[in-house]
Amino acid sequence: MYATNYHRPSSIAEAVALQSSSDEAKYVSGGMTLIPTMKQRLAAPSDLVDLRHIAELKGISVNGSRVRIGAGTTHAEVSASPELAAACPAICHLATHIGDPHVRHMGTIGGSIANNDPAADYPSAMLALGATIVTNAREIPADDFFTGLFETALEDGEIVVAVTFDAPAKAGYSKFPNPASRYAMTGVFVAKAEGGGVRVAVTGAGANGVFRHAGLEAALSADWSADAAASVTVDAGDLLSDIHGSAEYRANLVKVMAKRAAAAA
Amino acid sequence: MGVEGIGARVARKEDKRFLMGQGRYTDDMSVPGMRYAAFVRSPHAHARIRSIDTSAAGDMPGVIAVLTGKEMLDDGIGNLICGWMIHSKDGSPMKMGAWRPIAHETVRYVGDAVAVVVADSMGEARDAAEAVLVDYEVLPAVTDAVRALEAGQPQLHPEAPGNLIFDWQLGDSDATDAAIAAAAHVTEIRIVNNRLAPNPMEPRAALGIYDSAEDHYTCYTTSQNPHVARLVMSAFYNVAPENKLRVIAPDVGGGFGSKIFIYPEEIVCLWASRRAGVPVKWTSDRTEAFLTDAHGRDHVSTVKMAFDADNRITALKVDTIANFGAYMSLFSSSVPTYLYATLLSGQYAIPAIHANVRAVYTNTAAVDAYRGAGRPEATYLLERTMETAARELGVSPAELRRINFIRAFPHQTPVIMNYDAGDYEASLEAAMAAADWNGFPARKAEAASRGMKRGIGMSCYIEACGIAPSAAVGSLGAGVGLWESAEVRVNAVGTIEVLTGSHSHGQGHETTFAQLVAERFGVPIDSVSIVHGDTDKVQMGMGTYGSRSGAVGMSAIVKALDKVEAKAKKIAAHLMEADESDIVIENGALKVAGTDKSVPWFQMALAAYTAHNLPSGMEPGLKEGAFYDPSNFTFPAGCYIAEVEVDPETGKTTIVQFVAADDFGNIINPMIVEGQVHGGIAQGIGQALLEGVHYDPETGQLLTASYMDYTMPRADDLPSFKVSHQVTPCPGNPLGIKGCGEAGAIGSPPALINAITDAIGNNDLTMPATPQKVWAAALAAGN
Ligand SMILES: Cc1cc2nc3c(=O)[nH]c(=O)nc-3n(C[C@H](O)[C@H](O)[C@H](O)COP(=O)(O)OP(=O)(O)OC[C@H]3O[C@@H](n4cnc5c(N)ncnc54)[C@H](O)[C@@H]3O)c2cc1C
Repeated sequence: MYATNYHRPSSIAEAVALQSSSDEAKYVSGGMTLIPTMKQRLAAPSDLVDLRHIAELKGISVNGSRVRIGAGTTHAEVSASPELAAACPAICHLATHIGDPHVRHMGTIGGSIANNDPAADYPSAMLALGATIVTNAREIPADDFFTGLFETALEDGEIVVAVTFDAPAKAGYSKFPNPASRYAMTGVFVAKAEGGGVRVAVTGAGANGVFRHAGLEAALSADWSADAAASVTVDAGDLLSDIHGSAEYRANLVKVMAKRAAAAA
Repeated sequence: MGVEGIGARVARKEDKRFLMGQGRYTDDMSVPGMRYAAFVRSPHAHARIRSIDTSAAGDMPGVIAVLTGKEMLDDGIGNLICGWMIHSKDGSPMKMGAWRPIAHETVRYVGDAVAVVVADSMGEARDAAEAVLVDYEVLPAVTDAVRALEAGQPQLHPEAPGNLIFDWQLGDSDATDAAIAAAAHVTEIRIVNNRLAPNPMEPRAALGIYDSAEDHYTCYTTSQNPHVARLVMSAFYNVAPENKLRVIAPDVGGGFGSKIFIYPEEIVCLWASRRAGVPVKWTSDRTEAFLTDAHGRDHVSTVKMAFDADNRITALKVDTIANFGAYMSLFSSSVPTYLYATLLSGQYAIPAIHANVRAVYTNTAAVDAYRGAGRPEATYLLERTMETAARELGVSPAELRRINFIRAFPHQTPVIMNYDAGDYEASLEAAMAAADWNGFPARKAEAASRGMKRGIGMSCYIEACGIAPSAAVGSLGAGVGLWESAEVRVNAVGTIEVLTGSHSHGQGHETTFAQLVAERFGVPIDSVSIVHGDTDKVQMGMGTYGSRSGAVGMSAIVKALDKVEAKAKKIAAHLMEADESDIVIENGALKVAGTDKSVPWFQMALAAYTAHNLPSGMEPGLKEGAFYDPSNFTFPAGCYIAEVEVDPETGKTTIVQFVAADDFGNIINPMIVEGQVHGGIAQGIGQALLEGVHYDPETGQLLTASYMDYTMPRADDLPSFKVSHQVTPCPGNPLGIKGCGEAGAIGSPPALINAITDAIGNNDLTMPATPQKVWAAALAAGN
């Protein structure tokens, strides 16, 4: 790891000020992505601005059907939240299957979506739930937020404050873990809104990161069932190929995980 | 057996310090003035070094020295060597290219060291290492051994044209061909044994300390055999003469073979310590470990197995290409030859065997012994072939094995080995009973009702441990003898130190070796200390690998105990005015048989040291040493059965049961033996289902350089193992033990692949059987 300066702000304003005072500064939340990257000397921020001691980023609330999860909420907190279990158990299930207990007790939802790892779990939930990403400057629909591999709509210095979404009528998540990293080799999040709209988002499989699958959405809109998902043809064309799985294999997994997610919802 | 003697499940003495975080590993060692080394490593698989500019790095904060291969050459530091001579079938010696500890002029794999920085802190050393400017002329690379043999491929070493190190054979080619021509059935199969990274929990580390006043060197290192390290470093690398070099391998966190070899880094730390005038420590990080630890396996073979009309094997013909990586590591040449082809008879009476092995250079990390070393490759090949043959012949796998089992001992195979004892049927039956083999069809049907494909597979392995008679291995090309030494020191208060040339890096020697003494003298194991891993304390030793610490190391201790016992009895007889032949040792006392006369053990020891009243002419003291050279290898054998369920939708394999029935001969501590079996099976499951080193075939970049991409077995990948032991004592050593350290890793991979291929109905599957491969194979078979 290269030498770095550590800062501990207690408000968003203070954090933004610290971040902007150096062009090589970075926010750190759980550090579960950033710190290993620094240890491998692949990232060298001059300053680390710790977001873990800012009250505005904390907490889970459910107001009627509107769900709000503070960016600083850990995966373990999401996994164990009774409010979320009532409003959207699929997101609890998703959080329970991120990494290992150490990672779940440190890593945060804000860090995960800001990082937008193409194999991370949360981006699929955000997209399928039609969530809104609330930052210190604006509100960004999930459809506009995830822009590519490790790329988001966040401007330099912008902080994710929370995510919000309407509790779905039904939702399910099914993940096939990469055998080595146990990130998603393919993860599919299916959600049916109270109004009836169906959104299906796929993580881990896309060559450009998380994406919605129109064919699966159409099939599940017509008939919410595992069989309906199984009838869809998934094109391997835009999918990722690597030593762990070919595009054809991932195409198969998209279908199988969609089936299982629909059945679990 | 006493409560702490032979056969007792004694909890490990060493666990307290390990579990309390108080183990002392090489990286825990710290000496005044110590500095840190970081290596500059080649980012290219193959390149010529045009120039190295160290000036910017030398000016960085904290930097004490930046050293290159040129300076090492100027100082006369020698090439790394391979210590086992193999001759090709044309009589020519193996063609060893030069391996410089720091590359000079050419780099041959990603990770090859090109310079070393010594600095005040690890961080400063790494920062400066990045500032060393190396100008490379990148050359084409080849990582696949089969391809490396083809015409027009990149050439690694001028000494080895065509990248061929040797083309070796064993067995009778004509007799084998004749038997195949006359066979009723011939099973043919291509077998790939995947390359593995050893992954001990503790990465390698070295601390070199040069004492200019004494012109003496001390090396702390993560070694399985510190004496061999000292011998090789002084005899071949010109680091220092043996009497001026002390090598200490303190607590070592696993080796699995990878810490047998002498690597560039410990030589560099010693040399740099003299050059820079400070003690120098280097600790590998995990990616460096993936890049530079010697890998294991990596064979491609074609096999023909011939049968007569009664399904008896009449011949076996094997043609193997073994990937050696960029350089010949210390024992690399022995692995695919004398540790491999000599085991190709398996548990079967095979009249004719011929093996041909070509060893090949590629632009990858060196390949050498890894848990099992050659024997897993032989077992996998043979047991996959047996399973394939059983399917082709329409015979049950158990029946085909039974028909061919060796049943009379000693048995001379056509490939050197002389099996001394065994009962293969006993292990087969025990395993089949434990697995409820006959109940499998019902379980398969039940799984099918859940949409799962269930399969069962077995593997009957044999291996050779306790390497080995020194004269025999010498005649086969070994550069060293493979005996072991021991010294037993009884202190004046009766406590006992056992000095051993074996090295414990997870095996539990501090417990099992003490159990031998407890058994012999009836003293508590707490009064026995095991001393190992330091060339200044233990005179000489050959170290631990090839499951030899029990069969060879403990046999040396037994010889020394015999001498101590004889002298102790003489002293006791003298003290009690009895006849020496009437003295028996029981519960910590020396007694005159049939009387109530006795002398406590400690009193006898005190008498030895006060020397006030010893038999006339007897030397004072009680300390005896012994060297033990085995008369043969030992032959652990057993039967493993795996039962799996494959999810046809995803290709994911779940191991639903795993049975191991092993014959290790007599057992000193069953709990430790079971632990060795569990660990070995975990690694075998890793090889079969999860692990595999991948290099990019064009660029030679290592694609599996961290746990993000290299799949280590985890607890939830493993079932609970059903382990049992059948015992045919080994006639070749005083304890009747055979060795247990590698069996799990040897016997398990073929059982698993036989089970998966049974489940999916497609025999065409390579390791690791990842979900994607199993899915594709099931699909190809229309399942
Ligand atoms: C062993 C291991 C296994 C893992 N397995 C999985 C898995 O199975 N699935 C999965 O999805 N993830 C997995 N992860 C990643 C884990 O979920 C991380 O916690 C997560 O990706 C990043 O969250 P963090 O809070 O740790 O972010 P950090 O590492 O602190 O930061 C990541 C990035 O986001 C930025 N950032 C952080 N917080 C904010 C914010 N509020 N606003 C703007 N930018 C911000 C940082 O500057 C940095 O660039 C794993 C990680 C490890 C170490």
